[in-house]
Amino acid sequence: MAALIEIDRLTKKFGDTTVVNDVSFSLKKGEVLGFLGPNGAGKSTTMRMLAGFLLPTSGSARICGADVVERPVQAKRNLGFLPEGAPCYPEMTVSGFLDFTARVRGYRGKDAAERVAGAMKLTELDAVRLQPIETLSKGFKRRVGLAQALLHDPPALVLDEPTDGLDPNQKHEVRELIKRLAPEKAIIISTHILEEVSAVCSRAIIIARGHLIVDATPSELESTGQTLDEFFRDLTLNIPAFGF
Amino acid sequence: MAAAIEAPPLAPPAKPAAPRRPLSDHLPSIDLRPALVVARRELAAYFATPVATVFIVVFLALAGVLTFGVGNFFARGQADLVAFFSFLPWLFLLFIPALTMRLWAEERRLGTIELLLTLPIAPWQAVLGKFLAAWAFCAIAVALTFPFWITVNLLGSPENGVILSGYIGSLLVAGAFLAIGSAMSALTRNQVIAFVLAVVVCFLFAAAGTGVVTEFLSSRLPLLAEAARSVSVFERFNGFVRGVVELRDLVFFASLIVFFLFVNVVIIDHRKAD
Ligand SMILES: Nc1ncnc2c1ncn2[C@@H]1O[C@H](COP(=O)(O)OP(=O)(O)OP(=O)(O)O)[C@@H](O)[C@H]1O
Ligand SMILES: [Mg+2]
Repeated sequence: MAALIEIDRLTKKFGDTTVVNDVSFSLKKGEVLGFLGPNGAGKSTTMRMLAGFLLPTSGSARICGADVVERPVQAKRNLGFLPEGAPCYPEMTVSGFLDFTARVRGYRGKDAAERVAGAMKLTELDAVRLQPIETLSKGFKRRVGLAQALLHDPPALVLDEPTDGLDPNQKHEVRELIKRLAPEKAIIISTHILEEVSAVCSRAIIIARGHLIVDATPSELESTGQTLDEFFRDLTLNIPAFGF
Repeated sequence: MAAAIEAPPLAPPAKPAAPRRPLSDHLPSIDLRPALVVARRELAAYFATPVATVFIVVFLALAGVLTFGVGNFFARGQADLVAFFSFLPWLFLLFIPALTMRLWAEERRLGTIELLLTLPIAPWQAVLGKFLAAWAFCAIAVALTFPFWITVNLLGSPENGVILSGYIGSLLVAGAFLAIGSAMSALTRNQVIAFVLAVVVCFLFAAAGTGVVTEFLSSRLPLLAEAARSVSVFERFNGFVRGVVELRDLVFFASLIVFFLFVNVVIIDHRKAD
């Protein structure tokens, strides 16, 4: 089966600093990848390149076979992306905002309304549908961003810290949602919550200082005998200097 | 003769039938709909905040004061809008950068640019959408000066064709300034910087043809003086105010707008995240 998300030797430099260094992996349908790493490791930068927002310095990325640099619009059609911090237009209402993203994605009239309603149902936003986004709490804002990413039922999902700022119930809901969606999609979630990896992911990648240092299943990580926490700390605190 | 009738080998040897791709695959896609969706959102955003009301009220008040007060409208005893049109571009010079400064700078500051540019939309569609929204907003503001037009028609019998051409010229000047302002806004995440840059660049295009500049240049660099006059927005606008709509002026404004929208696309495409 062809991979839905492919990253091939992806590298990003800002000036002289290499923020993402030669990272490669690919994801098939049904996989949920937990993307881990300390602050500043390069997770968001990798995801932004995947979403076509940052140009890679070298290497390439493909969504459903479409190169994100050469055929950006095609690649973006098949991708649901939740940017870090879930930015949304503050003055718009929840349903107005979702309607905007639906229309940009080419849905019209009844189709658009159905998409918006479906996305609001998935993320439990019905109660606040007419509220301006700037007046929402942090968790609700995050859910609006999530709704926008799920609206078009994309085969590939890239979610940058989707559960950040959610209450425990909502964290649970979102994890259940990701599990439910998983069989039909390839999903990447970045997170700092290590239990989340055992809870929803079928695979975990740890990057540090831009280097991919672990690519394993959660059960493989657990079989090291350490807790995930210890394992993470060991690895990311004592990274060998990668030739800097 | 018979040989001449024989079919010349015009047709090339039949190629193995390649799967025919639809024509649209070969053409750069020119789907305007995403641009219109963006334009609609932008226009709604103006009216969702007090920006629109404040902008329009202050604009109309200033236009009124300048035209009927400072412009000596009643003392001149002429039923025309020459005074109005002579102040309007200067008002634009101040108001349009205020309108465009938020276009991209605000998206950068809020981070929504990351959302907008990761939707399946080409950068030119986003740029065009924002420009069209701002232009429509300006058109609304300018259209709301219609009481001026009614006033002169009540007081006398002006040449309405000349007035119409003045309005067309005004919209073109607004379009040119908007394109400039939008490109300047794409350069920064700071709205104040976006405003100042836009005023400066618009002013260069506005003042290029005024007496001070051309006299200064013609004594030193006559060639540049000619060039300055030819890119002067106000100089061309004066033609419209006199009722002369010339093709080369239309082409000039169209090129200026297209050029700065292009610059805008290049900036957005290459400095998405900075
Ligand atoms: N536009 C930029 N210019 C310069 N440096 C940048 C830019 N964007 C990111 N960086 C740097 O790249 C590094 C990686 O950032 P990134 O946001 O990818 O980290 P992250 O793994 O997502 O961290 P976090 O867990 O805190 O979200 C950081 O050191 C950051 O300062
Ligand atoms: Mg991050």
